[in-house]
Amino acid sequence: MGTEFKESIAKAVNNANLTGALGKFSEAYKVNRAKAYEGIDFEALRGRIADLKGYAAAHLDELSDLFQKNAEAAGATVFRASDPAKVREYILKVARDNGVTSVIKSKSMATEEIHLNQYLEKAGIEVGETDLGEWIIQLAGQTPSHMVMPAIHMTKEEVSDLFSKEVNERLTSDIPRLVKVAREKLRPTFLAADMGISGGNIAVAETGSIVLMTNEGNARLVTSLPKIHIALVGIEKLIEKYADVATILKALPRSATAQLLTSYVSIITGPTPNSDGSMKAMHIILMDNRRSEMAADPKFKQALQCIRCASCLNVCPIFRLVGGHVFGKVYTGGIGTILTAWFDELKKSEDIQGLCIQCGACTDVCPGKIDIPELIMEIRRRLVQDQGLPLLQKAIYAVVNNRSLFHGMLRAAFVAGKPFTSGKFVRHLPLFLADLTDGRSLPAIAAEPFRDRFKKINQPRLKEKAAFYAGCLIDFAYPEMGEALVRILNKGGIEVIFPEDQTCCGAPARYNGAYEVAASNAVDNIKALLREEVTYVVSACPTCTVALDHEFISTFESLGQTEWLPQAKILAAKTVDLSTLVKKLVDEGRLTLKEGQQLGTITYHDSCHLKRTLKVFEQPRELLQKAGYELSEMFECDTCCGMGGSYSMKLPEISAPILQRKLHNIKQTGAKTVAMDCPGCVMQIRGGFDQDGASIAVRHTVELLAEQVE
Amino acid sequence: MLYEQFKVRAEGVSAEVYRYATKIEALDYLIRFLRKEGLAETPEASALWAEGSFLDGMERNQLAAIAGLKFDVTRESAATARFGISQMEWALADTGSLAQNSTAIAQRLVSSLSTIHIALVPTSGILPDMPTLLAKVHPRDCAYLAMITGPSRTADIERVLTIGVHGPERLIIIFVDEWGGNN
Repeated sequence: MGTEFKESIAKAVNNANLTGALGKFSEAYKVNRAKAYEGIDFEALRGRIADLKGYAAAHLDELSDLFQKNAEAAGATVFRASDPAKVREYILKVARDNGVTSVIKSKSMATEEIHLNQYLEKAGIEVGETDLGEWIIQLAGQTPSHMVMPAIHMTKEEVSDLFSKEVNERLTSDIPRLVKVAREKLRPTFLAADMGISGGNIAVAETGSIVLMTNEGNARLVTSLPKIHIALVGIEKLIEKYADVATILKALPRSATAQLLTSYVSIITGPTPNSDGSMKAMHIILMDNRRSEMAADPKFKQALQCIRCASCLNVCPIFRLVGGHVFGKVYTGGIGTILTAWFDELKKSEDIQGLCIQCGACTDVCPGKIDIPELIMEIRRRLVQDQGLPLLQKAIYAVVNNRSLFHGMLRAAFVAGKPFTSGKFVRHLPLFLADLTDGRSLPAIAAEPFRDRFKKINQPRLKEKAAFYAGCLIDFAYPEMGEALVRILNKGGIEVIFPEDQTCCGAPARYNGAYEVAASNAVDNIKALLREEVTYVVSACPTCTVALDHEFISTFESLGQTEWLPQAKILAAKTVDLSTLVKKLVDEGRLTLKEGQQLGTITYHDSCHLKRTLKVFEQPRELLQKAGYELSEMFECDTCCGMGGSYSMKLPEISAPILQRKLHNIKQTGAKTVAMDCPGCVMQIRGGFDQDGASIAVRHTVELLAEQVE
Repeated sequence: MLYEQFKVRAEGVSAEVYRYATKIEALDYLIRFLRKEGLAETPEASALWAEGSFLDGMERNQLAAIAGLKFDVTRESAATARFGISQMEWALADTGSLAQNSTAIAQRLVSSLSTIHIALVPTSGILPDMPTLLAKVHPRDCAYLAMITGPSRTADIERVLTIGVHGPERLIIIFVDEWGGNN
């Protein structure tokens, strides 16, 4: 990552206004959004939206033609262009032909995308933003920090300073008064403007209509007062049917601002009369700017299902720390990373794609059903394909790709790390774990890895067998978790085998875009795990489970490799996470937990991959309660702990505050034990509490359950 | 039933909702409301009424005699008037929204530039939701379909909800049960 980019992150995370406002907003948003969606089947709704937007994305030319035909029949002038320069020229020509000297705008990301304001101002035309947030940042000479709330990073005091200069009067920071000043100041601008420019939230092909939504009422004025109206619409806003407007409007305001409907919605079909009886001139520009190319891309076409609600920003644990400015000038957050890579250029996304920790919080709420983390991974993959891996990473993966060398080095790390070990933690680890962070200690490399300890476990001979996939952390840092797993499964009538040739699951390589490395890891593991006939392949690491269950397949597919696909599918079918398997054994009566235990209060942290990819969250809770723990849920129990594999090493300045928030939420429950199903989360959270000093036990579910099996 | 749902939703977004049996009663309330809020002859204290079927059969002369109540909607008069009165044909119960064919610009001027917007609505125009509205009103018959949900609002400064940015800071909704004629 570039120094400039790192500096912009530091600036953002140290800006208390920004992180305070965004933090409070993100907390309130979750609650309010849930309330706004009460009584609505969100899954069904977003299924419909994904279908209708997906259909539109697959028929962009056809729908553009149909839109043009119908809008023109209604009296509008339609201009279609791919190149942003052509769009700017067209708008300027319309302005020049009509002697326009001043323009008022309602909020439009498409005009930001083509940097329209600067262009028109250079040509001597006055441009007034009228959305309050946009106007504030225009006065401040800044760029939006959020797609829906552009000035969320500014305090009322800063706004009051700006407005005071604008009206030549010392204003206080009373917000209603500031809003009134904006109303009074902008009113004459509205009335004097010769041209109004808007975006379009939706463009309806079968009627030639555009839909505009605002809360302030500025779009109504922009489309009513001046005699010329230009609507700049990206072609991804097209939908086929008029009735589907209601479908999108059911989700958009709820997802964007947790409102049932924005204050003002206008559905405009062709020009309307002006107050002097003349007809308005209405121009609609359908802009492509690489959207067709995106639609033709098998992976990225789904990004066109976006309805621009920005809910992916609102739930992102990273966005609420850094805000929009680190993302660049136009589109921000998760979807913004993807749009920047396309509408600007792939290279521009090089730094910002690294901000995604892959927690998947956005996939839960996206009303367009876009798998944003998956698309960001695809950006990573293509960047690596274009530019290769950084040298250091290359060296690391050369090691990871060679199992015996990798494991040899991990064993060596135990020796090298020894002088620095205090209790269960090391302050500094050698190798690629070297560049470590404040606020978290790392586990010591175990003196004896699980693969060695396993040989000493005396198992009963049982008919049913499961292969245990340990993953690097359990094998080399937390072998006791592996032992606990064997103990539980044996009690449940399953004998555990440990295929020695298993190696890294490939997740670290994959999450850094090194798909070739991940594929080679996949092949090694498939060979190792399918060698012996077993009923299950079980893992106590959700990231590894996801690799075995989903990612081996998708890695091969991304690379177009078919040789190992059938075996990958066989492996996936056998793969199961620890809690799901134990729950099954308990339900089948094969395993019993001690009765009548009173073990005190516990709180449970949901690991990202377990909750959102594997959809497992009830099983561990039920098991722990059955074992005798009383569950006290923490706030934001399924928000990422900030570990994210190597993320915490690349971006410690972001990972650390995410961890602090998690520690705080755990402490707030008063529980003395926090359980989780992921050794990575254990490493992050246990290390955090080690430095924090709070005496809260951080345990893997497998360890807690192993203590309670009969 | 629909009315009750509408009222809860609309009040939830800071609209003020009233209901009268007849046009006469509604008019009576409207005039009292305007006077209480300072209706006067000066442009800044005046009320602008955009034409609509509510006025059919009303004594125009009597209404025009009320100081400050005007019917000539222009950009200039609308930009200064304190009150804007218009009639909205439909209401959506599930979101507390009003809807109108706003193709005639006077309808938009009085409802977007005034400080207080008073909407007269036939109770029979309450529909369950937006899909019902869109099935009823097709763009070929309506170049500008407007929906209004509560007063103008923003949360752009420190996320504090503030009413009345560019549009009205109050929305008064008056339902009339016996509208008569063809609304």
